Amino acid sequence: MLGLEFPPINEILRWQDLWPSFNKIALIAVAATVIGITLFLLASRKDPLAAPKGSRNLAEVIIEFIEESIVMQTLGKKGLGWTPFLLSLFVFIFLCNIPGVIPIIQMPATARIAIPLSLALLVWVIYIGTGIKHQGIGYFGHLLWPPGVPTALKPLVGFIEFISTIIVTPFSLTVRLMANMLAGHILLVTFALLTEALLLANTAQIFLVPMSILPFGMLIFLTGFEILVAFLQAYIFAILAAVYINNSTVGHAEEH
Amino acid sequence: MEAFSAIVAQAQDPDDAKNIAAAAGAGMAYGLAAIGPGIGIGYIVGKSVEAMARQPEAAGMVRTTMFLGIAFTEALALIGFVVFILLKFA
Repeated sequence: MLGLEFPPINEILRWQDLWPSFNKIALIAVAATVIGITLFLLASRKDPLAAPKGSRNLAEVIIEFIEESIVMQTLGKKGLGWTPFLLSLFVFIFLCNIPGVIPIIQMPATARIAIPLSLALLVWVIYIGTGIKHQGIGYFGHLLWPPGVPTALKPLVGFIEFISTIIVTPFSLTVRLMANMLAGHILLVTFALLTEALLLANTAQIFLVPMSILPFGMLIFLTGFEILVAFLQAYIFAILAAVYINNSTVGHAEEH
Repeated sequence: MEAFSAIVAQAQDPDDAKNIAAAAGAGMAYGLAAIGPGIGIGYIVGKSVEAMARQPEAAGMVRTTMFLGIAFTEALALIGFVVFILLKFA
């Protein structure tokens, strides 16, 4: 009917297994880990007193970015100890996102829910753990009832706060990352398919064929946009993790 | 909606009818889910630009908060997108 067959979702997202229970998504994740670790190991081998260049320069730029625009903006100076964790989150997510625009690979590993979900659960465990460490068992009291809530409202407020902190937070972290990358991936697929369909159209109206330049231009534009999104999503994931950790270190009492 | 039900009624095959209804529902779901966050993000960014223009030295802080606000608002649109995927392909 449309003259354009959109492939089923499994064809877009499912990569063949390299061997049982290890598919190419997992391969991208492993590659992201290895590349990240290698970059920072190489950088740490360099002489710290000489002027930075090469891998050390890159590593310093990334660390400075994390410190300046994530840690200092949310956790403040006392939170600088969180830099390694947020740095590894950021680098890993970015390196998982960026294959979405690398030719031949063309698949963001975070477009499948497994990686975002495990990262979100990791952040969830860490911010609850931080809360218990800093405020003891009273953390759960602060979590459920912000100070100054009238007793009559306590069940309602407690219920809402419980839902929003314990359930909605990890869910929205997961879905934000996964759906952003999936949406970008499907957009790229759509415009690539449109270009192909117009270019190879078997039609009497021959002027349709050069029109394939239009979706192709959009494809180029979206590829650039996806690079931005890959960076922005990694940044937002890291900064939200920092905000949640900050919330559980200071608690509601000092926040207001 | 009447147009949709007319198209669905024309379909001979029950599978076809199901697919048409799913596609229409998916389109509606995403379209409706995009309205609110669209307005919200526009509001957030507009206000942030205003704040940055008034006080350029606070631009860094405003930008961080802006991204946070966008992230929270956008989540609603993305949940709509997930519903779209579920309706269309599941």
